Amino acid sequence: MPYTEATLQLLSIDGTLVESDRTAEYRALVDKLTDVQLQNFYREMVVTRRFDIESGNLQRQGQLALWVPSLGQEAAQVGSAFATRKQDTIFPTYREHAVARIRGIDPVAILSLLRGVTNGGWNPNESRFRLYTLVLATQTLHAAGYAMGIALEGKSGTGKPDVDEATLVYFGDGASSEGDTNEALVFAQSYQSPIVFFLQNNQYAISVPVSRQSRSPLYKRGEGFGIESCQIDGNDVLISYAVTKVALDDTRAGKGPRFIEAQTYRLGAHTTSDDPTKYREQAEEDLWKERDPIARFEKFLRGKGESDKFFDAVKTEGEDLAADVRARVLALKPPPSDVMFDHAYTDEHPLVSAQKAWLAEYEASFGGDR
Amino acid sequence: MTESLSMAKSINLGLQRAMRENDKVILMGEDIGTLGGVFRVTEGLKNEFGENRVLDTPLAESGIVGTAIGLAMRGFRPVCEIQFDGFVFPAFDQIMSQLAKQTSRHQGDQAFPIVIRIPYGGHIGAVEHHQESPEAYFAHTAGLRVLSPATPNDGYHMIQQAIQSNDPVIFLEPKARYWPKGDVDIDGPPTAAHQSRVVRTGTDATVVGHGAMVSMLLDAAEVAAGEGISLEVIDLRSLSPIDYDPIVASVEKTGRLVVAQEAPGNASVGSEIAATVAERAFYFLQSPVMRVSGFDVPFPPANLEGTYLPDVDRILDAVDRARGY
Repeated sequence: MPYTEATLQLLSIDGTLVESDRTAEYRALVDKLTDVQLQNFYREMVVTRRFDIESGNLQRQGQLALWVPSLGQEAAQVGSAFATRKQDTIFPTYREHAVARIRGIDPVAILSLLRGVTNGGWNPNESRFRLYTLVLATQTLHAAGYAMGIALEGKSGTGKPDVDEATLVYFGDGASSEGDTNEALVFAQSYQSPIVFFLQNNQYAISVPVSRQSRSPLYKRGEGFGIESCQIDGNDVLISYAVTKVALDDTRAGKGPRFIEAQTYRLGAHTTSDDPTKYREQAEEDLWKERDPIARFEKFLRGKGESDKFFDAVKTEGEDLAADVRARVLALKPPPSDVMFDHAYTDEHPLVSAQKAWLAEYEASFGGDR
Repeated sequence: MTESLSMAKSINLGLQRAMRENDKVILMGEDIGTLGGVFRVTEGLKNEFGENRVLDTPLAESGIVGTAIGLAMRGFRPVCEIQFDGFVFPAFDQIMSQLAKQTSRHQGDQAFPIVIRIPYGGHIGAVEHHQESPEAYFAHTAGLRVLSPATPNDGYHMIQQAIQSNDPVIFLEPKARYWPKGDVDIDGPPTAAHQSRVVRTGTDATVVGHGAMVSMLLDAAEVAAGEGISLEVIDLRSLSPIDYDPIVASVEKTGRLVVAQEAPGNASVGSEIAATVAERAFYFLQSPVMRVSGFDVPFPPANLEGTYLPDVDRILDAVDRARGY
C-alpha cells in the first residue's frame, strides 16, 4: 500500500487531525494558520478541480489538442505551493495547474499551450513560476542549476528568511527513473544547493505502476543521495503545506537540498488520450476516492464550524471561473506567423530573417486571398 | 599587440578576458578546474577566478548542460566544456530539446547565452568516441549557433564572441589544431563571428572547409600551385548560420567548388553548402559541386584514421574531377 509507517499525515481520511510525535513540528505550523489561509487552501483545490473538469470538456469538444488533468492531486500541489515565499522560484512539470494559479498564472495561458497558440504562455521571470516542461525530468536539472545560481550569488543561507531564496521543483514517479532526475540530485547535493525536490507519486506513469519504477519507496531515492527526505500523505493539504514549508525554510537557510515524496493518486486519466480502465481496477479507484483531498478537507473545515455560505461561494467561484475560461479559450486566435521567426534566436540571425521575409513575400503574392 | 600562441592557449586567454570583463561568465565541466581540462584549455583560470566561477562538475554531461540552462535563467553566462566530441550525446536532450528551443519557448522573456565548448575531430590517434565530428546535428538544429575556429587568432576572438552572443553557441574546437602556434592579434578588431573568410585567393577552383580542414586545404592549395593550379581557400568559421556570400562570390569567379570536411558526408554541412551554391550560383558552375568527407561508417580504429579522414590527395583528386568535368 502506498501509505506506510513512514507516511507523515496530519489530517486523517475522516477529516480529523492526527496526533503524533513525528508530526508535532508540522502540527505547530498548521495551528498557526488563520481561518482565511485555511479557506484559501480549500478554495484553490476546489476551483482548480472545476477548471480541470472544464478543460477536459473543452478537449472533448475539440477545442484543445490535449488535456492533462490534475484531478486528485490538488492537496499535494496547493499545500506545497502555499508553503513557498514570493522570492522562491518554482519549476513545474506540466500538471501543476493549482500551483500555477496560486502563482498568479492565468488558467487561459495554460490552455493556450494545449490549444496550439504558444509553446510558452507566461513570463516566468515575473511569476517565478517557470514554463511547463514536456520532456520529463528535464526541469529538475534546470531547477538544480537555478539553485546553484542562487547560492553563487549569495542569495541563500544569509540568515534573512525574507530575502533568502529557494527553488521548488515538481516531478513525478515516472520521472524519478529518468537520468536527469538522478543527475539533478547529484548536483544539488554536491553543491548543497537551495532546492526542494517535490515528487508527486500519483502511482502511475501513464499505465505503468510505480512498482516498475522502484521496488523501494521513492523517498529513499533521496536518502540514497544523502539528501534529507520524507514521505507524506499527498492528499492531506495540511501536511503538504507544513512539510514543504519546513523543507524550504531549511534549504533557504543553507542547509542543503530536501526531498519530499507525496503519496497521491491521479483520479483521472494521464491525459485525455489515455484509458485507465485498461490498466487499473475500479476497486483501486474507489479506494482512492475515499481518500479524496477535497472531501477530507471539507470535513475538517465543517468540523471547525465553517458555514454553508462559504462552501456555496467557493462553488460559485469555480463555476464562474469555468465559464470565464471557456469564453476566453474559444476567443483565442492563432498567433501571426511572424512569432515563430521573431524569437527563434535572441540576436539577429540571417537565415531566419531571410525566411521570414520570404514568407511575407510569398503570402503577399496571393493578393490577400490567403 | 601580436603574440605567437597555440589555439589551446589563445582560447584560454579569450576565456580569461571574457571572465575579467563580465563576472556572470562562469565555466563548468569535467576536470576543468584543478587540472585545467584534459587539453589544458582552462589551465590557471580556477586559480584566478576561484571555484565559484570555474566549476569542476560531477561527471554528468546532461547535468552540466541542464544546470547551465538553469544558471542562464538566473542571469549567468555559462561556458560548458564537454570533454570529447563523442561524450556530448548524454547531453543531447538538454541541448536539442531544451537549450535550442528555450529561446523560442520564452518568446523574448529570457535569453540563453550558453556556450558549449567541444574539442572535436580526428588526427590525434585516440580511442573510439574521441575523434568524431558531430557538427551536422547541431547545425541542423534551429535555435543553436555553431562556430569552429581554424586558427589561434580566431580561437581567441571567437570564444569571446561566442560568450557575448545572447544565443546558445556550440563552439567546436579542432583538437588537431590545439598545439600549432600562430599569430594572435590580441587587441585587433575581430572578424564578425558568423562571417566566412577567403584565406587564400585563387582562380581555378574554390575549396571550402572548417576547423582542422582549413590547414589541410591550404596545404592542398600549396601543392596545387606547384602544379600550376590556383585554388581559392575559404574558412567557413561559422557552420550555423553559414555565410554564403563570400562562397558564392568566389564560385562566380572560379566556376568550381570543392567542399571538404572530416564528418561523414551523408546529410552533412558540406551537403547543405553544395545544395545552396547550386541554387545561388547555378549558371556560374562549370562542374557539379564536389564533396570530400569522412566515409559514412563509424569512425574507425585509429590505425585507419589516415585512410578515413580526407587528406591533401583526396582534396586534389576532387579538384581534378571538378576541373576535368
